[in-house]
Amino acid sequence: METMTGAKALMTAMEKEGVQHVFGLPGGANLPMYDEFARCNIRHILVRHEQSAAHMADGFGRVSRKPGVCFATSGPGATNILTGIATAQADSAPMVAVTGQVPVKMIGRDAFQESDIIGMANPVVKYAFQPRTAAEVPEAVKKGFFIAETGRPGPVLIDVPKDVQENEAPMTFPDEFKIQGYHPWADPDIVNVEKAIDMLLHAQKPIILAGGGTIISSAFAELQSIAETLMIPVVTTFKGKGAFPENHPLSLGPIGMHGHAEANKMMTEADCVLAIGTRFSDRSVGTFEAFEKRLKIIHMDVDPAEIGKNQTAQIAVIGDVRVNLRVMVKILLQRAIKKTEESPWLKHVKETKAYWREHLKLHPGEMGAAKILRKLRELLPKESIVTTEVGQHQMWASLFYDVIQPGTFFSSTGLGTMGWGFPAAIGAKVARPDVPVVDIAGDGSFSMTENSLATAVLEDIPVIVFILNNSILGMVAQWQRTFYDRRMIGVQQDQCPDYVKLAESYGAQGIRAQSIDELGRAIKTALSSDVATVIDIPIDPEEDVLPFVAPGTPLTEMILPS
Amino acid sequence: MWAILSILVENKPGILFKVTHLFRSRNFNIDSISVGVTENPDYSKMTITTYGDEKQVAQIVKQLDKMIDTVKVEHLDQYQTIYRELCLFRISVNTPSDSMQINQLAKAYGGIVHDVTKTSLVVELTATPDQIIAFEELIKPFGILDVARTGVTALQRSKE
Repeated sequence: METMTGAKALMTAMEKEGVQHVFGLPGGANLPMYDEFARCNIRHILVRHEQSAAHMADGFGRVSRKPGVCFATSGPGATNILTGIATAQADSAPMVAVTGQVPVKMIGRDAFQESDIIGMANPVVKYAFQPRTAAEVPEAVKKGFFIAETGRPGPVLIDVPKDVQENEAPMTFPDEFKIQGYHPWADPDIVNVEKAIDMLLHAQKPIILAGGGTIISSAFAELQSIAETLMIPVVTTFKGKGAFPENHPLSLGPIGMHGHAEANKMMTEADCVLAIGTRFSDRSVGTFEAFEKRLKIIHMDVDPAEIGKNQTAQIAVIGDVRVNLRVMVKILLQRAIKKTEESPWLKHVKETKAYWREHLKLHPGEMGAAKILRKLRELLPKESIVTTEVGQHQMWASLFYDVIQPGTFFSSTGLGTMGWGFPAAIGAKVARPDVPVVDIAGDGSFSMTENSLATAVLEDIPVIVFILNNSILGMVAQWQRTFYDRRMIGVQQDQCPDYVKLAESYGAQGIRAQSIDELGRAIKTALSSDVATVIDIPIDPEEDVLPFVAPGTPLTEMILPS
Repeated sequence: MWAILSILVENKPGILFKVTHLFRSRNFNIDSISVGVTENPDYSKMTITTYGDEKQVAQIVKQLDKMIDTVKVEHLDQYQTIYRELCLFRISVNTPSDSMQINQLAKAYGGIVHDVTKTSLVVELTATPDQIIAFEELIKPFGILDVARTGVTALQRSKE
């Protein structure tokens, strides 16, 4: 048993968890931990705002499927990461956030930079620890990582008072531990998988709805095998975008408020849905009442509390979706089930898809969102990772950027956090330095965390920021045009700042692209560059994201381009 | 429906906060709550009563179960459960006849009379919430000066 400080124990325990990178910003209450960076093999990546540290850890975690780690000091440092923690919680991303805290004896006295971060973070973390003695640190780290990455992943907060960091204690680093009230694993549910297969086989118009859980559990091969074997079309939620290759003949793309027209149409005509790792969010399903009487639901999810929360299911399969989809693949094989003939339903689906692919009216200008994003798709290698900010560009990405390699598209879908995409792209690039990483951005959203350019440049993390710049808070403007009689309040950005100059001032590369040709050259330059690049693409501020299902209405009621 | 939930939790600081916060953040209501340590000091038991339709109650149970600090969560069948609440009423006494009548009512409900003064007395009643409300209605005409209730606590009947 080695005697060491709580700070050293924390870093040692994290090294044992395989942590190689920490995104963070130091301050008074976490200096003992920071001092340990001088003596360990973990790389510290400095941010300019703690919220970005949390988003970087989030992006790292979603891509690597191991918890990303962020550090912040007490008080404002801790409150600054709350948005990032809440974002990770809403999208079930594995993360460990470590905050400094005032010394134990100062807690509760409104000390300088004291905040009750445990109390504040409780509703948005999967779990929170506050070791009160140095000796408790190793177990908190061990349990924290375990909780963050198992079951339905999520953020874990470890709040470490400064004296706990400084005090020495004989340390044991447990390999085994018990968390009595935590049961992340369920056995494969063969009985209900069998029932699900029978229900799908008896359905006239079956459909698969793949949610974010499909991506989290990497059930790509299983999903594709089942879809192909049973010849069932696949829609996804927005978070599930890219769970299934979007160039596949059975793919219809995301459903939802800004879903593909063909996906929304077919979702509302189906009579049976295999819903995989989804919580039936309002943005995905609009109101379900319109067709739920007709629709039989098979709901697979790792989180039992999701079953029946938003939608009642006829068959529930609880457990890791990949485990249960594997069972399904195996049973289909054993029972020698393989459809070879297209059903009338599938023919109808394919016709509908072809119709909408051809007839959905697009922006007439050269720099319409569809043309821009299709150009990006054309030039990006298929293994590239894409993140998005939040707003119109995000929904255009959903509509017009096809994900070909599953699990390469990430977005803040649940909380809808503007400013997420750029730092998340940096985190993603740290996890996968071998592939291009692009943040599809809007000007409004990018400006929220644009100072992460300093991190991208100084820490040599060359990501590409692809700004569809309409110089307006576009999604808000669209709602004001649609629901508020064009009264445009609080949305103008007035070409401020100049994003090319902004990029250059940080030492990044800035390129403005005003035609599709210029855009093609800019993308190629960015891909071959070893420095972070911002591509600023001026677009029409009046372009709407369409189709559009207004909030609180069923998916059948799409507003289409006129 | 009215539901009685029995929740075994680890006996650590902050857990009552998390449980009650869960009710607030998920838009459920707490009708009453009582907490006490179990025979094993590592655990506490919370008894929470709440209102909701069947689906809501099922969802509360699942969300509570999902909490890492909860060890066991049960929705108790009210007809197979012994559930009681302790209530203290301070009742105004104006005449000797008031005192006699209140004493008789207390006796009928199995209550105990404490702290008798010329102007008031306290009745301690351990009963079901329905019985407590019934008793309250009966003593209202005398004037209720103060009330304190513990919230329901409950144990399932033996299945033998």
